[in-house]
Amino acid sequence: MADSTQASAPKPSSSVKLVLLGEAAVGKSSLVLRFVNNDFHPNKEPTIGAAFLTQKCHLPARIIKFEIWDTAGQERFASLAPMYYRNAQAALVVYDVTKASSLVKAKHWVAELQRQASPGIVIALVGNKVDLCEEDGAGTSGEGAGEGEAGGEDDDDAVARKVGFKEAKAYADEESLLFFETSAKTGHNVSEVFTAIANAIPEASLKGARGAGAAAGGGGATQAAISGGAGQESSRVNLTAKGDGKAQEGCAC
Amino acid sequence: MSRPQLLSQPTTALTLADVHTQSRKEIGSRLSSPNSRNVSRRQSVTQFGRFLGTSESGGEDSASLKSYAPTLDARLDGESMLGDVAEDTVTPAWRALSAQIERDNPFDVAIAPEDDIISWQLQHEFEDLGFVQRDGSNEEELLELWKAKLKHFFILSASGKPIYSRHGDDKLISHYIGVVQTVISFYQGAKDPLKGFTAGDVRFVMLSRGPLNLVAISRLGESDSQLRTQLESLYMQILSTLTLPSMEKMFSNRPSTDLRRPLQGTEQLLDGLADGFTRGSPSTLLSALECLRLRKTHRSAINDTLLNVRSPNLLYGLIVAAGRLVSVVRPKKHSLHPGDLHLIFNMLFEADSVKAGGGENWIPLCLPGFNNTGFLYMYVSFFSTNTTDDTQGVHERTATAGKDDELAIVLISANKEGFFELRKMRNALVKQLEKNGSMGIIKTAIRKGHATCSDIVPGTVLRHFLYKSRGNVQFTMPSFEPHFHGMVARRKVMTLYAQLHESIHSRTAHLKVQHCVAKDATALAWETPLFELYCVGGPLVTRAALAQGANRIVQWIKREEERVFIIGGAVF
Ligand SMILES: Nc1nc2c(ncn2[C@@H]2O[C@H](COP(=O)(O)OP(=O)(O)OP(=O)(O)O)[C@@H](O)[C@H]2O)c(=O)[nH]1
Ligand SMILES: [Mg+2]
Repeated sequence: MADSTQASAPKPSSSVKLVLLGEAAVGKSSLVLRFVNNDFHPNKEPTIGAAFLTQKCHLPARIIKFEIWDTAGQERFASLAPMYYRNAQAALVVYDVTKASSLVKAKHWVAELQRQASPGIVIALVGNKVDLCEEDGAGTSGEGAGEGEAGGEDDDDAVARKVGFKEAKAYADEESLLFFETSAKTGHNVSEVFTAIANAIPEASLKGARGAGAAAGGGGATQAAISGGAGQESSRVNLTAKGDGKAQEGCAC
Repeated sequence: MSRPQLLSQPTTALTLADVHTQSRKEIGSRLSSPNSRNVSRRQSVTQFGRFLGTSESGGEDSASLKSYAPTLDARLDGESMLGDVAEDTVTPAWRALSAQIERDNPFDVAIAPEDDIISWQLQHEFEDLGFVQRDGSNEEELLELWKAKLKHFFILSASGKPIYSRHGDDKLISHYIGVVQTVISFYQGAKDPLKGFTAGDVRFVMLSRGPLNLVAISRLGESDSQLRTQLESLYMQILSTLTLPSMEKMFSNRPSTDLRRPLQGTEQLLDGLADGFTRGSPSTLLSALECLRLRKTHRSAINDTLLNVRSPNLLYGLIVAAGRLVSVVRPKKHSLHPGDLHLIFNMLFEADSVKAGGGENWIPLCLPGFNNTGFLYMYVSFFSTNTTDDTQGVHERTATAGKDDELAIVLISANKEGFFELRKMRNALVKQLEKNGSMGIIKTAIRKGHATCSDIVPGTVLRHFLYKSRGNVQFTMPSFEPHFHGMVARRKVMTLYAQLHESIHSRTAHLKVQHCVAKDATALAWETPLFELYCVGGPLVTRAALAQGANRIVQWIKREEERVFIIGGAVF
């Protein structure tokens, strides 16, 4: 936080290292694809190893450039995970709301992050595929039935849900995690997750360029995170990537 | 039985000296007394004019037309060629495929059902079977569909646990897996491992590798050794996922290990390989790679760039365009194994996960040909050659190319933490390739795609060919268009190539040249210590004309060698 805003650059820009973790096939890559390309593939193939993508997120007072590691959920790659979360400032731990075991796995990841990742890491717990259980009013879902509480014919959909919102939310609160239910398919809440993370990154760790992850802003981070859209105070953020203000298509944030 | 003379020295020309005819019963295995015939192969220089005109060549390459033409006749010294004419020397599959080509409606099978089944089936070969319903009500229906598949691959553990099957889920096929396992272990128990057998028109081939048994079941008329090569490749993919020691350890710790779990996600790669074999893969048939045709000066500029930006932890660097190699950088003491490259190409271009991801990838993999005991790490970044890329300024001016427009940069290191280092190298590489114009040249070459046969040899009777340079372990071929349009036609011509290949490679074959005539195609295979050439012409093409076509291909290669093949590559 040493630097103050330079007059010349309208918006300070800084990069944030983010890692996605979670059981295989919960939709990590799909969330990233939605966030980065606003696209969805119904038959996405499993990730092999890990994929690295970048996307900018425009907040009112600054630009966050996410450097995203989308890791493979399959077990044989698990031993490589530390390499990806080691320097991460943020983690998105994903489970599938229609698969109970995936929340168990998500909890393991959260515990591992809390033990091994840098102390200030912002963790978001994300329950994906809510479009499969309509009663949640993932309003945009193809099923049509509008938002709000299910109509009568939703019995099947109710069966699809295996992890309740309340259950997961309670766990997230307990562990001071951001929490969202999303659908990569419909786009429901996807940009919200990334915006919330962007807002939750403690200024102290926003060093702009690479290597920032080391900074580790301390425990206050997640607190700030939970309070959500606190992004306004960001005028004191450093900017290293100055010319960057070109605004790609933006991230809908 | 008389044998063809072995070629005493490598040559690039072909003389059709001795040709004989034989009946179909003698197919490929025997020769009777040759009768002589001579064919003129004299080429006029002007015949090459058109091709040169359309090529990007400015004559800087070392083998220019002018310097080559005068030596042509000198090389046409008496070479012995024995042709082997077999009318209709075809398998049921080949016949069926032939039938398909001529018929508009593939469902019109009432009259000759047997003929059409295979070509009809080919179009459904890659469809998913779906799952057996909980009450088992659709089981029989699925089994019928399953049995109709032209090709199956099974992989089992030594103890009979299913590891992989191209078609059908475990529940559906457990019975068959059981039968296969019983048969295999019966013969293994008798210390006389079963290598293959035929049932009806179906060929079964087994391969035992370490703790695994692999089985290929084919109705496509492939030879045992070809099927075995395919199984080897599947086995290589498994090693690539696990490494040999770790797989062996799993089995020695627990012989009943279920390998599917550690292999999770590898199914797509195995499917990609398997379906490539079923469609017919020149690369697998020839165990060779294909390169993007570039002028020598252009390729060496790319090589120099690769060497320039090489980062310390780099082991291999590849630029790959639509499944064809553009350039390689490698250490002097390590060459690249074609089997390893095939696995990489399969991962990049057949399985969707890497290509469709839209990002950069960092993939641990074992390259068994290089070293089957450990992992390497592969950095992959894809460019589309017809869209504007974001961050790196890889811009493209012109519009659409086909779907084969992907360009990938692949950088391989033994350093697990090497991602950002290699990423930096990639950025530097792209920047320099842009700056020195190479990127544009590569993209133009990609967009151009394969030349057609008649672009290469104007006026030729040939419709397609495969030329393998043995020394370079590379092959080149023209476009399948316009004569072999669509999957069935391609499979058909690949079947023909497979038969030609077998005719000069089987243990009983002593042929160096093989000529074959079928109802709707004529074909010729020619082998020398330097190369293997397979060409296909239309029906009714004479041997002489085929031979002349073959000769002209060889002449073309001679001139183009340093363009169509990577010779040496960038070595450090
Ligand atoms: N209905 C629905 N399907 C989804 C959603 N997100 C992902 N999927 C599907 O779930 C499957 C797995 O998605 P991926 O994004 O590949 O999952 P992943 O977590 O990246 O999987 P790994 O890379 O193997 O770890 C794909 O077939 C997706 O199309 C969603 O929000 N709704
Ligand atoms: Mg994924």
